[in-house]
Amino acid sequence: MSRTTNIMIAGVGGQGTVLAAKLVARAAMDAGLAVRSSETIGMAQRGGSVVSHVRVSDGPIDSPLMARGTADVLLGLEPGEAVRCLPYLRPGATVIANAHPVPPVSAALKRASYSGEAMLEYLGRTGARLVVVDGDAVCTEVGSPRVLNVALLGAALATGALGFTTAQLEAAIRESVRKKFVDMNIQALHAGARAAGAGPGAGA
Amino acid sequence: MATEFLMGNEAIALGAIAAGVGVVTGYPGTPSSEILQTVAKRSPGGIHVEWSVNEKVALEVAAGAAFAGARAMVTMKQVGLNVASDPLMSLAYLGVKGGMVVVVADDPGPISSQTEQDTRTFGLFSKLPVFDPASPEEAYEMIGDAFELSERYGTPVLFRPTTRVCHGNAPVTLREGRTAVVPEGFVKDPRWVIFPRLSYESHLRIEQTLPVIGEAFSGYRFNTLRGEGTLGIATQGISTAYVGEALAALGAGVPAHRLLRVATPHPFPKALALEFLAGLDRVLVVEELDPVIERELQRLAGERHLPVTVLGKASGAVASAGENSVESVTRALAGFFGLPDPVLAAVTPPGEAPALPLRPPVLCAGCPHRFSYLAVKHVMRKRKAVFGGDIGCYTLANADPLNMVDTCLCMGAGITMAQGLHVVQPDVVHFAFIGDSTFFHTGIPGVINAVYNQTPIVVVVLDNSTTAMTGLQPHPGTGATMMGSVAEKVDIATVLRAIGVKHVEQCDPRRLEEAEAAVTRAVDAAAAGVSAVIFEAPCIHLEPAGPMYRVDPDKCQCNLCVTRLGCPAILSVAGKAVIDESLCYGCDLCAQVCPFDAISPVTAGEAGK
Repeated sequence: MSRTTNIMIAGVGGQGTVLAAKLVARAAMDAGLAVRSSETIGMAQRGGSVVSHVRVSDGPIDSPLMARGTADVLLGLEPGEAVRCLPYLRPGATVIANAHPVPPVSAALKRASYSGEAMLEYLGRTGARLVVVDGDAVCTEVGSPRVLNVALLGAALATGALGFTTAQLEAAIRESVRKKFVDMNIQALHAGARAAGAGPGAGA
Repeated sequence: MATEFLMGNEAIALGAIAAGVGVVTGYPGTPSSEILQTVAKRSPGGIHVEWSVNEKVALEVAAGAAFAGARAMVTMKQVGLNVASDPLMSLAYLGVKGGMVVVVADDPGPISSQTEQDTRTFGLFSKLPVFDPASPEEAYEMIGDAFELSERYGTPVLFRPTTRVCHGNAPVTLREGRTAVVPEGFVKDPRWVIFPRLSYESHLRIEQTLPVIGEAFSGYRFNTLRGEGTLGIATQGISTAYVGEALAALGAGVPAHRLLRVATPHPFPKALALEFLAGLDRVLVVEELDPVIERELQRLAGERHLPVTVLGKASGAVASAGENSVESVTRALAGFFGLPDPVLAAVTPPGEAPALPLRPPVLCAGCPHRFSYLAVKHVMRKRKAVFGGDIGCYTLANADPLNMVDTCLCMGAGITMAQGLHVVQPDVVHFAFIGDSTFFHTGIPGVINAVYNQTPIVVVVLDNSTTAMTGLQPHPGTGATMMGSVAEKVDIATVLRAIGVKHVEQCDPRRLEEAEAAVTRAVDAAAAGVSAVIFEAPCIHLEPAGPMYRVDPDKCQCNLCVTRLGCPAILSVAGKAVIDESLCYGCDLCAQVCPFDAISPVTAGEAGK
């Protein structure tokens, strides 16, 4: 029986779900594992909900998309988008969520309230292992608003749920990211890992 | 032999390069756009790659290259084939010399398309062979097979991936080297000129050849049959993967069964299908879009009087619209086998979830289209007007609060439908908004039609110097080509004047007052004939952001920027507008519309505070 790890990366168009998926895939290939992934590309990239599915296994994988109830790890680059993906989680899954919401235009229009805290509180009651990362703080620390994706990967790495080592993901960053952004992304990986180490709920 | 993690579209491109493709043409459209871009990026040299003006043009350029003996590939999305169907239908009769593959990406769901049409059905209609890959690694191999089949039988071939294959990623092992193709050149011959007499003979030849190809397809490596039993499952494309996952999920309780995977739906691999059907009681067909395999199996069962029941879309076992999923296929298979649906123990929701934000795709913060639409909206506030839309990022202005897209049918139809509307209601002002790439695609003949038939519409060209929605591809108005050269820009204003539009305004919509004045003049001019406004401002993805803007909460009191603009960077917090600086592009539209002067740029000294 093969062992498969299903990783779901959810966010809003422009947050970098595609690169995060690519890094996991690279690490998997370097480790000699099978990997398939699937992206949301097209209209939804203009501020819509985007989800990447990444499936890693020591045996063959059929589908690039995972079934509901089978995600082992969920990276929520946006707390509401993490909640939207809950039906995909298996019991006992690990959820890494950015604390900071991206309010949609519709919320501003209808003046409906949209609270990231309510989302995090709800995620906390699911029984999943929840790690909240203060994405803004990590991005400020690293000096770029564009490293949230890698920071959350770092946090997932620290929980052990990804099944990869820091060295493996560092190598994947070196192989996949343009040279001038390598150091910044490796810093983000470590900053994310430290943020997760601060314990569940930290930074919320 | 290198292994790369590739998107299906990249695998198709690299497979075509390995197969010796010499000419690649296409028009961008999700989910197909990355194929042509990857050929351009990874070309070893000597491959002509072009974004053509539209799909019809692309297909004809490729056909010419194939007449001269080159291997040619055309790429488009499924609705693009509707535009290219005129040359395609006739080309099926004339045939080709060099291998020609028409890659048409279908979009079950649909996720980013107007229709859920099935290009396999187009294969039946146009009498062309169709390949239907199931994964990126298979697509890499199959595109080479398609070129070989095309040359062997002298026919263009359709290659039809779907979104989950196009945008799915997998490690693909690449072959070294390329198939050497030296085009013979064009040899003059009556066979290249279509005439009724030739068409009759061609039609006969096609009807004789298709069964021969179908027979060859029964032995094709990606058409597979395995297993035994009296139950059968037939599938195709990405659904093959879902069937694999479903069978694994259903586990040991699954009864003995046969599994047929059809990679070449047309001409149907009849011999293989008959081998599959022999002795079966029941068959479940799992496919997306049209029930192509289902109908073929039903027809074969009827023809051979086989006592087999074929279930699928017609019987309701598989959904007739939308895409399949691992879950939907597992449910269908469980029902078919009489097994309980293995409901996965997902996380139990802890009570009712908080209301999730709706996230329809929106115009980006700073998008110049927002200025253009607002200018027209302001001018027409007290007049009856219909705002015809078209296909592109600017279709997103249909959402509140802009609400400026009243119609959207297909590429170029905003301009022409406005004319039909005007004929029926001449007292209403009819606008037709069209993007720059769409203007070149199919917009121009519609404007000529309005000028010729004296239908006074107001054409608004939203010229952002790129094909934005599909990922910033160049077009004739940009002067850049996929070969990296700089070409003469085709000037939209010159085109409009040349085809008889007497009143043409050109302005930067980001100066809102000037834009409104231009619209007012164009509307006045439309009393005498077709008029046009060209709003020229580059897509924000082409230019760096300017200084961010900030709201002074003491001055803020109306929320007009929130309720009128629909800018994703402007929020309303406790009744006050707040600009999210991480999203602000610095376009200053909010500052221009604020009646209380509450919005101003963040000076360098304040940044980050």
